[in-house]
Amino acid sequence: MENKNQNRVQSIVAHVLLIILSFMCLFFFYILIINATRSHAQLQKGFSALPGGHFLENLKNVVNDGTFPMIQGIFNSLLVSTCSAALSTYFSSMTAYGLYTYEFKLRKAAFTFIMAILVMPTQVTAMGFLRLITKMGMYDTLLPLIIPSIASPAVFYFMYSYLQSSLPLSLVEAARIDGSGEFRTFNQIVLPIMKPAIAVQAIFCFVGSWNNYFVPALVTQSKDKMTVPVLIATLRGADYMNFDMAKIYMMIMVAIVPIILVYLLLSKYIIAGVTLGGVKG
Amino acid sequence: MKRKSIVMLLAASIAVTAMAPATVQAAKEGKVINIYSWNDEFRERVEAVYPEVKETSKDGTVTKLKDGTEIHWIVNPNQDGVYQQKLDEALMNQADASADDKVDIFLSETDYVNKYVDADADVAIPLTDLGIDPEKDLADQYDFTKTTASDQNGVQRGSTWQCCPGLLVYRRDIAKDVFGTDDPAEIGKKMKDWETTKETAKVLKEKGYFTFSSYADTFRLYGNSIEKSWVEVGETTVRVDQKIMDWVNDSKEWLDAGYIDETVKGQFNADWNKAMGSKSKVFAFLLPAWGIDFVLKPNWDGEEGAWAVTTPPQEYNWGGSYIHGCQGTDNPGHVKDIIMALTGNKEILLKISQDYSDFTNTRSGMQDATSDENFASEFLGGQNPFEYFAPVAESIQIAPLSAYDQGCVELIQNAFTDYFHDKVDFEKAVSNFETAIKERYPEITEVQWPEK
Amino acid sequence: MKKRKSLSYAKWGYLFILPFFLCYFIFSLIPLFDTVKYSFFEYFRSGIKEIGPNFVGLENYKMLLQSDMLKYGLNTLILWVIGFIPQIVVALTLAVWFTDIRLKIRGKQFFKVVIYLPNLIMASAFAMLFFTMFSTNGPVNSILMSLGIITERIDFMGSVFGTRSLIGFMNFLMWFGNTTIMLMAAIMGISTEVFEASELDGCNTIKRFFYIILPMIRPILAYTLITAIIGGLQMFDVPQILTNGQGNPDRTSMTLIMFLNNHLKSKNYGMAGALSVYLFIISGILCFIVYRMTNDNDPDGSKAAERRRKKEERRRR
Repeated sequence: MENKNQNRVQSIVAHVLLIILSFMCLFFFYILIINATRSHAQLQKGFSALPGGHFLENLKNVVNDGTFPMIQGIFNSLLVSTCSAALSTYFSSMTAYGLYTYEFKLRKAAFTFIMAILVMPTQVTAMGFLRLITKMGMYDTLLPLIIPSIASPAVFYFMYSYLQSSLPLSLVEAARIDGSGEFRTFNQIVLPIMKPAIAVQAIFCFVGSWNNYFVPALVTQSKDKMTVPVLIATLRGADYMNFDMAKIYMMIMVAIVPIILVYLLLSKYIIAGVTLGGVKG
Repeated sequence: MKRKSIVMLLAASIAVTAMAPATVQAAKEGKVINIYSWNDEFRERVEAVYPEVKETSKDGTVTKLKDGTEIHWIVNPNQDGVYQQKLDEALMNQADASADDKVDIFLSETDYVNKYVDADADVAIPLTDLGIDPEKDLADQYDFTKTTASDQNGVQRGSTWQCCPGLLVYRRDIAKDVFGTDDPAEIGKKMKDWETTKETAKVLKEKGYFTFSSYADTFRLYGNSIEKSWVEVGETTVRVDQKIMDWVNDSKEWLDAGYIDETVKGQFNADWNKAMGSKSKVFAFLLPAWGIDFVLKPNWDGEEGAWAVTTPPQEYNWGGSYIHGCQGTDNPGHVKDIIMALTGNKEILLKISQDYSDFTNTRSGMQDATSDENFASEFLGGQNPFEYFAPVAESIQIAPLSAYDQGCVELIQNAFTDYFHDKVDFEKAVSNFETAIKERYPEITEVQWPEK
Repeated sequence: MKKRKSLSYAKWGYLFILPFFLCYFIFSLIPLFDTVKYSFFEYFRSGIKEIGPNFVGLENYKMLLQSDMLKYGLNTLILWVIGFIPQIVVALTLAVWFTDIRLKIRGKQFFKVVIYLPNLIMASAFAMLFFTMFSTNGPVNSILMSLGIITERIDFMGSVFGTRSLIGFMNFLMWFGNTTIMLMAAIMGISTEVFEASELDGCNTIKRFFYIILPMIRPILAYTLITAIIGGLQMFDVPQILTNGQGNPDRTSMTLIMFLNNHLKSKNYGMAGALSVYLFIISGILCFIVYRMTNDNDPDGSKAAERRRKKEERRRR
């Protein structure tokens, strides 16, 4: 009886806290959306809780701005983020699997090495990175944004932890006895087991790549290669000209809508994946 | 009648310029003209007035000329030095770039024009090498714009279509409320120098108004009158001018006295924009022509005609975009033609002034504009701002420039912001500036402050 | 016989990790060596002219130690702690609540989706939004005033406390949902039998948390802590945009990466290189400490794997 009461109090506290947190999270999106519907003049007058009716006008301003290829930018960002997410999850799983399953001389050394580089801030190598890709003729292409994601130490670490908890080595042995090749074992038996972990990491990678500003700003030069964050910065940096706050809010909105859609589509899968992982363990 | 004659002249000049260069060039000019700039302003000007333009692609990245040459616009934002970074990268690769990738024209702002016209760097072509004689072809330009675009040996390496004399722009309703009149001549008297302005500020304060919005607003006026450049050629010492310290002291005094709104920190931010709105208590702004058109106008939410201009307490210049031909260009003929058309052609410049309310680089033209009612502004309640701009432009003494100006100006304002708001004491602000400037320019070894 | 077999599998091990290492070598190691190399040189750009590279030995390192680098390190730490402590506390609490079957939370799915949302918006855009909203004449001040909570406008970004709190708050808001999802995945990985058994033993919620959940999710917790530390060390976008790169007031919100960015911006390759090396060392030390703290004597989990492997073998026999 007492236990029940305690549970009820806890439940109320939990709901209140969740509502407060959700309010904080949604409040900023709300302001963003409201502001995206108001004109610059209206924004000047101060904050209002009601939308302003300039949504289409602002959207038109953003889409029709030729120096500012929004559609191309979204396409670039989608391409880069999807490829990065795919490459990093696949190859990190592969590396984790390789280090987890096989015994070899450099195994321990390789593991320690990855753990050491896990902490290295990307900015540290930025300078050399730029010089390198310029030499390789990859400057102002999307390749330097995609290929390096093959080596993602953080994703690797997650995958490795996941394998530790969810992949019994006997399963691999069994596959071998059945005559399955090593790559086939990985692709057809191990990968499906790792699906929940891959889903979680894929969305993190996608988001990370989508929002990345530092590297794309470094390696892209021409407008048709720019990703969304770089384009936003371009708009913002347009100094005293184009100083249209409404357009900026609309831009931010356009930039986050695709990712929210992707997220909402995947979130079901992610939650399901998490549950799946729970049953497995 | 007058308007018609201008149009006629314009048509004539178009015909002349259209024919002359087209025949000369055709020979061995490249097919692509690459132009580096930080926004669309220059492209819009070229599209609007350059007679050779045929059409611009829908996305605004390529403009076709009548002779088939293409202008490729490479636009990078000024913010965080991105524009200069990208431009520098391109300039360093200029020698190895293929003909169609070479930079042909690039733009620079007054704040860093000095870096690019440097004779040792030699990235901007001397105008004479392009076949332009500044003495003769650009005789009608304001002298200080020519000086600004010249290297240390006095060789002019760039040219501008605009000239940015600044004025005092004030609210008529506040003027009437406090002084009983909104007559520009009367208000001008009340703001004729800093001492008088301070007296006026006291009166405004009593009625609950701020004289200016931000301490940064007055910086250009002091900064324009420094006696020696921030860093002398060949030296590694930053010399802080007494005028700058005057700005620091005056700003502190004004802020403490409540003549300036202390909630507005710097410029080009939301608070500053809001100070231009109808609910604001700020009486005046110090702005050039582009400032009135691009900054004040979009931020004003009241009725038209609520503002007026008058002579500022001190003459100053703010901004200005310079056009440079880039060493190594494969299109010298086109470069020359574009520079001449946009900066040395009175009719074209007048058209820019009329269509975009820009103050352009033609002395005789601007003189004409002062008495031409076609140039009156609705926004200023029918006042003709050129009447006030022109005399200021005549008496601008451009401050001695250095390649370090942008950093010095930006960093000194930042460092002393904390001092103005009593977050740090004076000594700390001084040392913060020294740290920041050495970070920005590694070669700087010392900072000298004026004797107190 | 057995030995030869394992040897032939070793080949596969190398093959599986090859792409990762090849890619890392090309895109990170070569640039890293480049960076380290130039840290010993005086090498910068003045205007359009390049100065150097001239070998100067450890001069850059020495100069950095004399600068305010340590102060910026402390700033980074403070800003990180302000954001991380509430983040991990809230995330753990939420993760436990969400996975507690006895605690019936309505709209679980909705809350999960919502708390993760802030992580989707780009940090720079988020910071810009905050900058506008918390400016002295911004909407937050207006709302507080019209509600009668304050009488005078608060200059949030004018005070050290205000600026730091805002940065911490933003980091919290952006990351607590992400952490919650991670931890939830870990808790759900604990077999339900353990929970059922604990319930039979009369374990209450608090005991269950400290004696079952916390030890069981330690690997993921370590992962979270490490990624958070890396994130903290890399803190850049938020303070950079919020303070316009100044770290105002009085550089109290200037982080290490902002400091690095200042050198990169002025194209001071030598100094930026030396600072990078320092950063690299700091992050290495930090993570080593965390490993030791969270994994006791099993720094990389390889021993656990070893044990498991032995167990498997035993079982098979």
